[in-house]
Formats: sequence, structure tokens, C-alpha cells
Amino acid sequence: MIKAVMVINTQGKPRLAKFFEYLPLEKQQELIRNVFGVLCSRPENVSNFVEAESIFGPDSRLVYKHFATLYVIFVFDSSENELAMLDLIQVLVETLDRCFKNVCELDIVFNYSKIHTILDDIICGGQVLETRSTEIMRAVEEISKLEAAPNAITLIPKSSSGWLSR
Amino acid sequence: MGSQGGFYQSKEFLDLVKSIGEARSKAEEDRIVLGEIDTLKRRISDPDIPKRKMKEYIIRLVYVEMLGHDASFGYIHAVKMTHDDSLLVKRTGYLAVTLFLNEDHDLIILIVNTIQKDLKSDNYLVACAALNAVCKLINEETIPAVLPQVVELLAHPKEAVRKKATMALHRFYQKSPSSVSHLVSNFRKRLCDNDPGVMGATLCPLFELITIDVNSYKDLVMSFVSILKQVTERRLPKAYDYHQMPAPFIQIKLLKILALLGSGDKQASENMYTVVGDIFRKCDSSSNIGNAVLYECICCVSSIYPNPKLLESAADAISRFLKSDSHNLKYMGIDALGRLIKISPEIAEQHQLAVIDCLEDPDDTLKRKTFELLYKMTKSTNVEVIVDRMIDYMISINDNHYKTEIASRCVELAEQFAPSNQWFIQTMNKVFAHAGDLVNTKVAHNLMRLIAEGFGEDDDTADSQLRSSAVESYLHILGEPKLPSVFLQVICWVLGEYGTADGRYSASYITGKLCDVAEAYSDDETVKAYAVTALMKIYAIEIAAGRKVDMLPECQSLMEEFLASHSTDLQQRAYELQAVIGLDAHAVESIMPSDASCEDIEVDKALSFLNGYIEDSIEKGAQPYIPESERSGMLNISNFRNQDHHEASSHGLRFEAYELPKQTLQSRIPPASLASTELVPVSEPMYVRESYQTTIVPSASSDAGSTELKLRLDGVQKKWGRQTHSPATSTSSSTSQKTVNGITQVDGSNTSNSRTRETYDSRKQHVEITPEKQKLAASLFGGSSKSEKKPATGHKIPKPSSHVVEKSHARKSSMEIASEKKASFQQPPDLLDFGEPTVKSAAPSVDPFKELEGLLEPTTQFASAENHGSTAAATKSPDMMGLYTETPAGIYDKDDSDILSGLSNPPVTNMFGGTTSTQVAQSSKGPNLKDALEKDALVRQMGVTPSSPNPNLFKDLFG
Repeated sequence: MIKAVMVINTQGKPRLAKFFEYLPLEKQQELIRNVFGVLCSRPENVSNFVEAESIFGPDSRLVYKHFATLYVIFVFDSSENELAMLDLIQVLVETLDRCFKNVCELDIVFNYSKIHTILDDIICGGQVLETRSTEIMRAVEEISKLEAAPNAITLIPKSSSGWLSR
Repeated sequence: MGSQGGFYQSKEFLDLVKSIGEARSKAEEDRIVLGEIDTLKRRISDPDIPKRKMKEYIIRLVYVEMLGHDASFGYIHAVKMTHDDSLLVKRTGYLAVTLFLNEDHDLIILIVNTIQKDLKSDNYLVACAALNAVCKLINEETIPAVLPQVVELLAHPKEAVRKKATMALHRFYQKSPSSVSHLVSNFRKRLCDNDPGVMGATLCPLFELITIDVNSYKDLVMSFVSILKQVTERRLPKAYDYHQMPAPFIQIKLLKILALLGSGDKQASENMYTVVGDIFRKCDSSSNIGNAVLYECICCVSSIYPNPKLLESAADAISRFLKSDSHNLKYMGIDALGRLIKISPEIAEQHQLAVIDCLEDPDDTLKRKTFELLYKMTKSTNVEVIVDRMIDYMISINDNHYKTEIASRCVELAEQFAPSNQWFIQTMNKVFAHAGDLVNTKVAHNLMRLIAEGFGEDDDTADSQLRSSAVESYLHILGEPKLPSVFLQVICWVLGEYGTADGRYSASYITGKLCDVAEAYSDDETVKAYAVTALMKIYAIEIAAGRKVDMLPECQSLMEEFLASHSTDLQQRAYELQAVIGLDAHAVESIMPSDASCEDIEVDKALSFLNGYIEDSIEKGAQPYIPESERSGMLNISNFRNQDHHEASSHGLRFEAYELPKQTLQSRIPPASLASTELVPVSEPMYVRESYQTTIVPSASSDAGSTELKLRLDGVQKKWGRQTHSPATSTSSSTSQKTVNGITQVDGSNTSNSRTRETYDSRKQHVEITPEKQKLAASLFGGSSKSEKKPATGHKIPKPSSHVVEKSHARKSSMEIASEKKASFQQPPDLLDFGEPTVKSAAPSVDPFKELEGLLEPTTQFASAENHGSTAAATKSPDMMGLYTETPAGIYDKDDSDILSGLSNPPVTNMFGGTTSTQVAQSSKGPNLKDALEKDALVRQMGVTPSSPNPNLFKDLFG
């Protein structure tokens, strides 16, 4: 199970934080700080894995990837494969790149809710749900279309009949 | 913001982000955020703000909270948004509540009703948003409220909804297994879903269920194997391919499940051998994800019933991992080695030098993993080297958590494998001296027990030797300043028990030392207590031996101090000491027998010594004792009291909700009966119609066996795509393997790649291995018997290993040919083929994104040229280090010409850890400049051009 996804910039500012198990606000901040502390002290050209038990408690692993000005971090337990998680980061960033055309830190800051939408499509309740970035893009675009439509505040049909009553 | 669709926020939000970005200190940032909170507080409570504005405010609140500031004043507004009729507002509301609230928050009660309604919505996006919220916000108590709707959604026509509903049900299972135990069969059903994505998602809950109870799922082994087979044969739609691998994430999950199912089960394992072997052969080891699958294969092989051929393939894969330049692969290699040596311990020997290199690597993560491996392979022959290494590392790090762990491991290894008493005591001394305050007190107690009991053999002289060497070293260590408290406790205890035992030290010497300890560490009461008790023991031994006891003056003053101590414990000990000294030898001997710490103290549980007292009391009219069991029986007889009791309980508050009636079913019950008793009726999904045609295949039922509801995956097998196995891929993978295993290729990359780290290729080992390393290798892997031949072992071992590699490789390629032959025999197309009509073997090179993907792929040391075609030559950019250097900051500085020059000559900053040639970067990043400029221009328009402090904000993540 995936425990948390974080995006922190190289100055230690959180850009995105999603915890799949509830943690109080202060604890979240502390974890983000600790993770950044560990990451920024890591030399270059080493593995993408970090021993995370001292930060997140027993049975937790951390995989991160450093992009331009950002660290993308996944924390998870032993039921996931480290290398696969590394590729999941890749899926996330590739999807973002498709979505924003040459994604940069600014895109992540300004499109907060969209990033969350994407993340919700990839991971649900701590489990990997979707890894095809085309599929994720399709879902996101569907929502974008709704938002971009002239009468953007589309009403949902109130009747709850639909396919269930058929 | 053209490409950003309609997600953009107002200028205010941009301003906020900008000013926070430019804040020079945490205090300044806090000030800005607090200002923002004030603004939001004022605006958000305004009753008639337009919805769009409200949506933005909520997003701003989420942002503020992510920065660590309390935004609870806005929670209720987020909750209100979920009630909205507009999809966009509703989605934002759900996003905010999932981030703000936890499942036990008071406001959840206001959302449950909305979730219920939304789960029934016509619009699948609404249902998805609600399911997201369900995963995060529903707790044990509220599960029954939404359970029926979630179960209904399992059969929704949209696969996205089915996936999320499966996850929601899984989440329920995690939170409260009992409330959904009657629904677990749904996961089995979803496994046969028409959509591979839903099937893949179902593997998550199944994995968990199987982890908890393997035996109930043994019947699924064949189904999982057949799914995995189909996946590896590329029968899934092409969309599931990732970096040219067929659905790797599904493969990994399946392998994990098979590992669980096959563990210790020969019959089940035998069914898996073929498919796992196939994956070993087909796996593309040049991509990260390919290696992820390979690693999972190794894990699977080491978990299931061993098969020599598979073990060989696994050992091959491990040696490739360890020889790689990538730290990630080395890490995985070490981990995999740790799993495999449990089954075949001899394979560690081939890799001894690689392991030692990892031990000296600057990467801490890798180092720790290697220590973990060493811990697993410690024997009595190499314990000295390994524990010494561990202690050295322990001393060098500051991370208390890991220090503690490694210290307890050292202790454990030393206890298990210690070659001599001397060494054991010295090792323990080192561990305690450097990490004494961190180790568990249990470890200290263990050490004391060990010294008292000896090493288990009935060899009294060895035991007394151990004790006297402990006493001697402790007396020596006591001279050092500032020892950890736990260590001092051990020292005091040992000196008390055995200080005078061998007669080398006089009682007055030992007592003097103990008094020194108590004085030097006067603020540590535990140590003082240990010291007093030790003193008492020494004096007791003296008295029992008939010698006259003279209390040292410093000891007397110490006792006086303790007798008046604030600590009752210390006081009591001091009084006891006083009392013991006053007794005669015989009494002392029975109170404090010498060296009796291991004797069992007999406890009279029946308290027979009180019999007289009880008889007296009964005679005087006291009630006899009635055991508890009989007492409750009496209660049953006295009816009225029982009724009383019953009424009382029925009047009390009921905390259990009036939930759906549910049967208490064991998960062991076969699925057939489960289905019939299912309370929430699951309407057969409409789309299932298609699959009926295939499930009627007669062979399916014939070999099915036990239950009638058993999954008929034999039919499902035919569903995904047609059997067009692509010969092209299998050959390409075999050639890439060739290049991996062959020494020549490694050498070739060495010459072209001037700065790659040294590889462990066998030829090099002859040249570069330093004598120290060889020695270390010999002591770690060779054992003490071979110590004379130390230099020889280093040279000898690699040779057979490379031989093995070559041999296995030859066999492999022959197998490859066989599989090709098989593949060229095409099966007739299936009825239910919804994959593309023809599965192309090679990735179409026209797709620009594919090209990008190719670039993103990390190019490891043995990246084969096949992947990138003609660009490959350029891909082998020699400068690995250069890739990690930052692009000079300020590319996007105000100066426009600067931007242009910066981009027209892009520095090689590939953040994917892969290698890109500048040429390729330019061609694929064509739109980069334009886009970036557009973005920049747009932001300028909005008036938020970040100035110098954070120009990096604009830096394209991909370089």
C-alpha cells in the first residue's frame, strides 16, 4: 500500500502532499521536513531509495526522483516493488507532462486541483489503480472539457434514475 | 493559460504563490499565509459569493493547509460544496474534504448522505468523485450506510467506476473485515472482469486477502497463472504496454500473489514454473520496469517450492543487477541475493566482491541493505569480520534509529556465533560504549543472563573464564569517562555477582570501584541502585565465606547518603544492605546464595503455608472461599438476580448502530454457499453476456473441480486479444541478453563510456582488486579454513561464475529459438477479440510521445542499441555525472536573450537519470522553447513574473 505522495521543491517547500492514511497536520509537516532533510543531504548519483523507517515507522520504504527543481516522493510499504514505484513516479510525471506540455514547477503550483485529479486516478485508497497515462489523460480531459465549456457550471441531472432503475 | 484548460486561478492566487515563493524566511512566509487566512475568513463567510469564486477560495484553503497552517474554519464550506448540484463545485468540495477531514471527524456525518446520493448518480464522474471520498472518509460505523451502493457500482458499465468501487470495497475490508466479510467473493468475480484494468485493480485486494489466508485461495492458482501467461504473451490491448513491456504493473502484482500461493506448496509451484521461466527469458532488462519485473520474478522464485532451473535464471538476473552501474539495480540485487541465499547459500560466493563494493559505496541506502544481507549470511566463520564492520559503521552514523537497529543486530550475532569469550565480551563492550543509551534494556538483560548462564555447554571452566574476562574488561572500562547508563548497570551487576569469584580481585578493591561508580554517576538512580545491590552481594559473599567485613569509609558515607535519599528504592536497598551486614554467615547464605542468579526461585502457588491461618478463621465463623466458576453458577440459580442483571443491560445505551442484518460467516466457507447467502444482491452485470459464450467451453468445467462457482478462467483466457506472439520482440530480448551477459559488450561500453564506474567484469577483477578487498572477501565468504589461500580465492571464484553464465546463456538462446518456433505457430483468432486486429511488434516510431518515452527511459550500463534505433549512438552520452548538474539558474531570467541562449544550447539536465544527447533533446523538445516562453509571457501578463529568488519555478521538469 502507498502511504503518501509528496512533491517538494529543492528549497524544501511542499508543492503537493497527499497522505493516504490520516495524519494530523503537524505530523504531516514534520514528515515533509524530515523527508526533505534526508533528501537534500543525499549525494548525487546514488540510488533513488531511502531507508524510511526512522521517519515513517516500521515497514515503510521511500522512493524519490529528482526532476529539475522538484523531488517527487512516494512512501509505501513492503507490499510494493521499489523499482515499480520508481516507474509510477515516471507515470505521474509523464502524465503531467502530457497534460501541461513541458510541465514545470509552476504548473504544479497553479493547477493544484488538477494534479489531485490526476493523482486520484492513479492511486485510490493507497492502491495503484491506473498506470496508463493515456487513460488518465482521457479522464482528466473529460473534466477539463466540462470546465472549459461556456456554461461551465454544468448542472448534474437531478434524477437518480438512470441505469440503476433499468 | 492555454494548455491548462479551465483550471486556472485568479490573479490573487498567483500573487499569493509568488509572494510565498519569494519569502526569504519562514517567518515572512507565515506572515503572508496568515494574511491570506484572514482574507479567506472574511470572504468565505459572505453568503452570496459566486460559485466559481468559492471554488477558488477552497483551493486556496487547501493550499494554505498544505503549507502547514490550520484552515479548519473553512472545512464546513468544503462540506457545503459537496452538496452542490454543479459537478465542478462538487468535485472541488470532495477534493477538499478528502484532504481536510479524517474518517472520525465530526463533519463526516454531514457528508455521508450526499455520498449516498452521489453514488447513485447518473453521471459517472460524480460517482467517481464520491468513491474517492468513500475511500478516505468512511469509517467502520458509516460503512453500512454506503455499502449497498458501492456493491451496486461493482457492476457499473464504466470500468473507471468498477475499479474505484473495487478499491472502496477493499478499503472497507481493511478498516473492518467483519463488515464486508460476506462480500469478499466479489473480488473473485471481478477477477473475471472484461476490462483488464479492473482485473488489475482487483489484484490489490486479492493480494491482501491471500496474505491473510493463503489456503482459501489455492483454487485460484491456475487462474492467476493463466492470466499472467496471457499478459506476458501480449494478449492485453496495446494500451497496457508500458515502455514496451506488456502490462508490467499487473505482472508484478501477479508474481507477488503467486509467490504467496506457491510458498511451501510443491503442487501449486509446479504450475508456475513455466510462466515464471518465460518471464525470465522475455524480460527486457534494459528498462527500469523490466528490471522491476525481473526482481519480482526472483522474489517469486525464492518464495515458491525451489526449482533448479529457475534458481539458475534468478542467479543470473542477480548477477546482472549486481554488475550494473545503477545504484538502484545494485540495491535490488543485494535485496534479491538476500532472498535467494536462504535457498541456495552458495550463490553468495560468486558475488562476494560486488557485495564488498556495495559495502563501501557512498550511498547509505545501499550500504544498509548490504549490512542486512551480511546479517542474513553470518556464520561462525565470518562473524568477526561482519560484526566488526557493523560496529564501525554504527560508530560512524548519527541516525539514532538505525544505530539502535544495527546495535541490536550486532548483539544478536555476537550471542549466536561468538567464536570466543574474549571476543564476545569485547564486542559487547564496543556496542554498549557507542550505542549504550540506544539499545533496548532487554539487550542488557540478555547480556547479564548470558554471562550468568554461560554459553549453554556444561563446561564450568569456560563459563568462569567468560566471567573473569568480563570482570577484567569492565574494571578496565570503568576508567573511561561518561559511560552509558545501561552499560553501567551491566557492569555493576557483573561486578557484584562475579567481581571476587576468581579471587584475583579483593573485595575491598571491587567495592571501592563500585563506590566510585555510584559517586561519579550520582544523578542516575538506576545505576546507583545497581551499585548498592552489587555492594550487598560482595559483602554477602564475604560474610558467607567467613571473612570479616570492613566497610570502606567512602562506602559508609555513601550508605549514609542513601539511607536519607529521596528515592524510596535507594533507601530500601541501603537499609537492606545494612541489615545483611549485621547477620551471621548462615543467614546470609540462605538470603544471598552466591552465583545463584540462574536458579529458579520456588514459589508456593497454593499458598499452603497459610492453611493454618485459614482454618483458624473458618473456625471463627468466616465464609469459606468459593472459586469463581462456581460463583457464576450460583448466580444462574438465583433467578431474580439474573433478571435484574439482564434488565440493566437492556436499559443501557446501545452503541451499535441498527445495521443491516448480517450473517457471521467464516471466510473459510466455500464460495458457493457464500453466494447463496449474500445479503446484498448483486445483479449480474449486463456486459457479462459476452463472456458467457466462452465460459461454456466444455473443457472449462471438466478440470474445474470442487465448487461450482469456481472461476472459469479457462474461458476468460481467450478474451484478450488474439494470439499473435511477436517473434520480433523475443529475438530482440535475446540479443539484449546476449549483450548483457557477454563480457565483450561490457568492455565495449567501458571504452566508449570513459566515466562509468568500474564494473565487476571478471577480467577486471584480476587487475584491480586490492589485496585488502580480497582478504575481506575471503574472510566474509571463504571461511576461516581457507585463510591461507586468501589471495587465491579472489581470483578463483569469478572464473567458474563466468563460465556458468556463458553456459546458461547458451542454453537460454537455444530455448529462445524453441519459443520462437512455438510462437510462429499461430492460433486461430478468438471469438472475443477486442484487442487491436494486429499487434505490432515494434513500437511505431512516428508517435512523438513514444520518442519522448524512449528518451525518458533510463539508459543503464547495458542499454542496448535496439531501443532507440539510430539515436542510440548518441544516447550513450559518456558523461553520467554531467547529467545531474543543474541547469544554470536564471535561464528564465528577465533578460530575454538569456533565455534564448540558454535554450538553444540546452545543458544536459535530464532529470530522469537517463542519458540524452543534446541533439535528441533539441529535436524532441522542439516546442519547449515556445511553450516556455508562452507560459512566461502569460505569467507576465498576469503580473507575476517571479524575480530572482525563484526563477527555477519555470524550469521544465524534463530538462
